[in-house]
Amino acid sequence: MRPDLDVVASLVPAGARVLDLGCGDGALLEELMRRGNDVLGIEISDDGVLSCMARGVPVLQEDIDQGLGDLADDAFDVVIMSLTLQAVRNPALILREMHRVAGRGIVSFPNFGHWRLRAQLAAKGRMPVSPLLPYAWHETPNIRLCSITDFEALAHAEGFRVERRILLDEGGSPRGGGVAGRAPNLLAAGVVYLLGR
Amino acid sequence: MGAADDTRRSLGLVETRRVVLFTEDDPLVLDSGETLAPVEVAYETYGERAADDGNVVVVCHALTGDAHAAGHHGDPTRPGWWDTLIGPGKPVDTDRLFVVSSNLLGGCQGTTGPSSTDPATGTPYGLRFPLFTVSDLVKVQRRLLTHLGVRRVLAAIGGSLGGMQVLQWALDHPDEVDNGIVVCATARLSAQNIAFSAVARAAIMNDPDFQDGDYYGTGRGPDHGLSVARMMAPITYLSEESMRQKFGRRIQDRDEPRFDLGVDFQVESYLQHQGEAFLDRFDANSYLYLTRVMDYFDPFADPERVRERLAACRTRFLVLSFDTDWRFDTSHSKQIVRTLTAHRVPVTFREIASPHGHDSFLLEVPEYHRTVAAYLDRALAEAR
Repeated sequence: MRPDLDVVASLVPAGARVLDLGCGDGALLEELMRRGNDVLGIEISDDGVLSCMARGVPVLQEDIDQGLGDLADDAFDVVIMSLTLQAVRNPALILREMHRVAGRGIVSFPNFGHWRLRAQLAAKGRMPVSPLLPYAWHETPNIRLCSITDFEALAHAEGFRVERRILLDEGGSPRGGGVAGRAPNLLAAGVVYLLGR
Repeated sequence: MGAADDTRRSLGLVETRRVVLFTEDDPLVLDSGETLAPVEVAYETYGERAADDGNVVVVCHALTGDAHAAGHHGDPTRPGWWDTLIGPGKPVDTDRLFVVSSNLLGGCQGTTGPSSTDPATGTPYGLRFPLFTVSDLVKVQRRLLTHLGVRRVLAAIGGSLGGMQVLQWALDHPDEVDNGIVVCATARLSAQNIAFSAVARAAIMNDPDFQDGDYYGTGRGPDHGLSVARMMAPITYLSEESMRQKFGRRIQDRDEPRFDLGVDFQVESYLQHQGEAFLDRFDANSYLYLTRVMDYFDPFADPERVRERLAACRTRFLVLSFDTDWRFDTSHSKQIVRTLTAHRVPVTFREIASPHGHDSFLLEVPEYHRTVAAYLDRALAEAR
C-alpha cells in the first residue's frame, strides 16, 4: 500500500464505518476490511471498480462531482478522500457532502505551496512536476491544486475543524522532525488531515 | 470478448424436469392467506454441485422467461434465454458453478399457473387462480431448493422481475443467499411502468375471445389482445437508438412505401412477428397475473420492516443498470442501492453503457459480462 495510505489507515478508528471517495483499486479499503471496518468505495474508473470487485470491496461506480445524493446524512463514521481532492471539479461541493454523510473526514493532497514547486515555477517559469504531481500540465488529471493554507481556509468555510494534520515528504511518508511544523506550507510535499465537524 | 471466447462453450443438450413441490396436505400458503395445491414446478440444472453446496447459483427469470435458461433442447440454434451468460467458461461458469433455473409460479411453461387444472373443478383455473406476490414466487424457488437438498445459496441472479425476486428473497430470508445479483430491476414500478402494463392487460381483457379468462378448450382465445400486448413490450425493452439502428424508417420487402394502412415499415413487421410468435409460447392469463405481480411489488414501502430486515441481512449485492434502459432506468437501481447502503448492506453498483435498452441484460454486452464474471469469481473464492 502507498505510504500515505498507511497514514490514512492509522487515523481510522476501529470498527468505524468508512466511505472512500475515489477509492481507486480498493487497496486501502481492503486493508480496512481486514481490520474489521465496514467499508464502501466510490470510484469512477472501470478498471478501479473491477479491481475493487476482485478484492471483495463493495464499490459504487459514480462521479463524486455529482455529489453524494445516494448516501444518507450521517451514513458513515469516517469519509476518506486520499489524493483525490485535487482531481475533482468542485472541491467545495464535495467537502460539503463529506460533512453531511460522516462525522469525520480524512483528506490528503499534494501541497502546491511546497518550496520545490514554488522554485520550479519561479526559477524556470514552468508548471511544476513532482513525485506527488507527476503529470505534465497538459495531461494532468489534477485540476484543482491548492496549498495547505488554501485548503484550511476552505475546510473552515465548509464547517470543518482540523483535529490532526500530518505532513508528508515527497515519497508520501510522514515527515520526521519538527522543522516542517514551523513552516508547513513551505516544507511539506503533501498532507493528511483528520477533520471534525 | 477476444481470446476468452475460445473457452466459452455451450452446455449442449439439457432437459427440463418437473416436480410437485406443494400438495393438498402441504399446500403453498400465499401472502394473501389463500392456499394453492398442487404446485408443480418445471426446472433445469446445469453443472456439478459441490459437496458443501458452496457453488449453487439460482437463476430467477423475468416476465416471460422459462426454466430453459441455457443449453438447448435438441436444436443448437435455439438456445435457452440466458445462454449468453450461462455455460462453460461463461460469466455464470457451469464448469465451476451449479445452476438451478425454474419456471415461475403463475407461469405457463411447466409450472402451475392459471392454465393449470384446478383440482376443485377439474377445469383450468383461469381468473380463479389466486393473485400472488413476489414473496410467493420466492417461496416456490426456496421449496425447489429444499427438494433438491440444497443447503446454501452462493448467489441468486435475475434481470427485471428476476432481480425483483432476488431482492425480495434477501428481505424475506436475510440469512439464506450469500450474494444477490440484481440486474436492471426496480423496487417499485413507476406510474409510467404501470401504465404500460395496464394497456397490455386491457388489450387482453377487452378481446372478445377472452371470455373472462375461461377461453381454454373453447377453440378461441384472446390471441389478438395478447399479441397487441406483446407488440408493446419490445418498444419498452429497446432504446430509441437501438430501434433506429435496427429498423430506422426502412420499408419491409421493397424500396418504396405502399402508402397504405397495413404493415409497411420494418418496425411494424418486427412487432407483428413478436406478437404472433408470443402466442405459441405464452398464456394470456399468465401475462395478466405476472404483470400484476410487478405492479404491486413495493418491498421498501414499510421503513420499519425494511430496517428490521436489512439489519439482519447477510446478503451482499451486485446491482447493475444499463444507461439506455428506460423501462427500469438507472434511477430505479439507484433507489435500491440507496436503501441497501443506508442500512449498511454491502453493495456494488455499476451503470453499464449499452445501446440495447432494457433488453441488454439478455445480450452479450462485454462490460456487463465482465462485471458478473468478476463478482462471481470473488464470491466463489470467498466461499471456498
